Amino acid sequence: MLEPDVLSAIGQAKEREVSPTGRDILAQLEDNASLAARDRIPICQDTGLTVVFVEVGQDLRLTGGSLEEAITAGVRDGYQKGYLRKSVVGHPLVRENTGDNTPPVIHWRLVSGDRLKISVVPKGAGSENMSALKMLKPAEGLEGVKQFVVDTVSVAGPNPCPPLVVGVGIGGTMEKAALLAKEALLRPLGSANPDPVLAEVERELVDRINALGIGPMGLGGRITALAVHVLAFPTHIAMLPVAVNLNCHALRHKTAVL
Amino acid sequence: MSDPRRIVLPLTDEMVAELRAGDRVLINGRLLTARDAAHKKMVALLQQGGRLPVDLKNQVIYYVGPTPAPPGRVIGACGPTTSGRMDAYTPALLATGLKGMIGKGFRAPEVIEALRRHRAVYFAAVGGAGALLSRCVKAAQVVAYPELGPEAVHELIVTDFPVVVINDIYGGDLYREGRRQYAVHQ
Repeated sequence: MLEPDVLSAIGQAKEREVSPTGRDILAQLEDNASLAARDRIPICQDTGLTVVFVEVGQDLRLTGGSLEEAITAGVRDGYQKGYLRKSVVGHPLVRENTGDNTPPVIHWRLVSGDRLKISVVPKGAGSENMSALKMLKPAEGLEGVKQFVVDTVSVAGPNPCPPLVVGVGIGGTMEKAALLAKEALLRPLGSANPDPVLAEVERELVDRINALGIGPMGLGGRITALAVHVLAFPTHIAMLPVAVNLNCHALRHKTAVL
Repeated sequence: MSDPRRIVLPLTDEMVAELRAGDRVLINGRLLTARDAAHKKMVALLQQGGRLPVDLKNQVIYYVGPTPAPPGRVIGACGPTTSGRMDAYTPALLATGLKGMIGKGFRAPEVIEALRRHRAVYFAAVGGAGALLSRCVKAAQVVAYPELGPEAVHELIVTDFPVVVINDIYGGDLYREGRRQYAVHQ
């Protein structure tokens, strides 16, 4: 199911799209979302590899078994009972389906307090496959970062099912940048980046991406990105990592705090 | 945008010759589904001189791995998957008489050339519209490789299944043409 922030972004995109084909596709995506909600079937058949972000309060004491096993059991149960597709192979080279969509990819974080926060973001392959990471030279600077983001979307073209949400992670190390790019996708659409420098970068990137002309489903149009979300982290004096995690319009995310 | 043209499968050379990049088409009849794992098996079989479990002559393959059908439904969500992953296998299947493919995303130059050589066409359906597209599927059954689960080869009977022609036999390419039309040069 699509969350209200994504649906409202698609609705606004339909008002702004100049291509008749593009508008028609955006209208179909709205119809698809309401039909999926009504009939209780997934909006997209790629119900993803389950990515889970867990924040564990350090004052919390968990009893009764392993939290990792509990999350895995939840994924198994949800994909079975929810008639979702089992899209996971147990070994990336042997490639046999595990049959229950496990294991999930879990990112853990220990935080202050006594709450447990779980965010589930099933990630489809179409957009994940077109994502990219590059270790830039610091001399390439902000323009190098922007160019890499725009180039990644340009090369991806129709493949990741535009209109996209583009998550960008800048800084840290190689894996930190990738994680930031994924975390950036969790921010609700339509909300402003609290960092004014990054907010300006996001605005420029949206304009440059939409000037590519790729459009909804790559058939031509001015709405290629619904939003660009950027997160940054301190980095090494000799490094400028940048990761671009693309997400299709079927951005599914749900957070619960226990 | 022109009005959609309704076609009934199987797809003949004459029908393929009439299709141009950008044409909207409503497909009726029998589609076969296949994605990564089924393609790998079929092409390995051809290389060993074997016979395919389904005859592809004049057929259309839909690149899809549907979600399981909930009770009372024919199929779950069933939108297209990214076609480029099948590029390595496609020319071999076109050589057996396959006439069309439905997916989404770019095809390799070798596939586009093979379309011209074998007189076949590449269509796209709307990616992520899996619920909407499921309404066009009237019957579904597994016809080969049941062990592949969501990647098994299914036969789908479809009514007015909406697609658009991306690559035709004349070198037309809607992805290239659509983008050119809307690109803003900065």
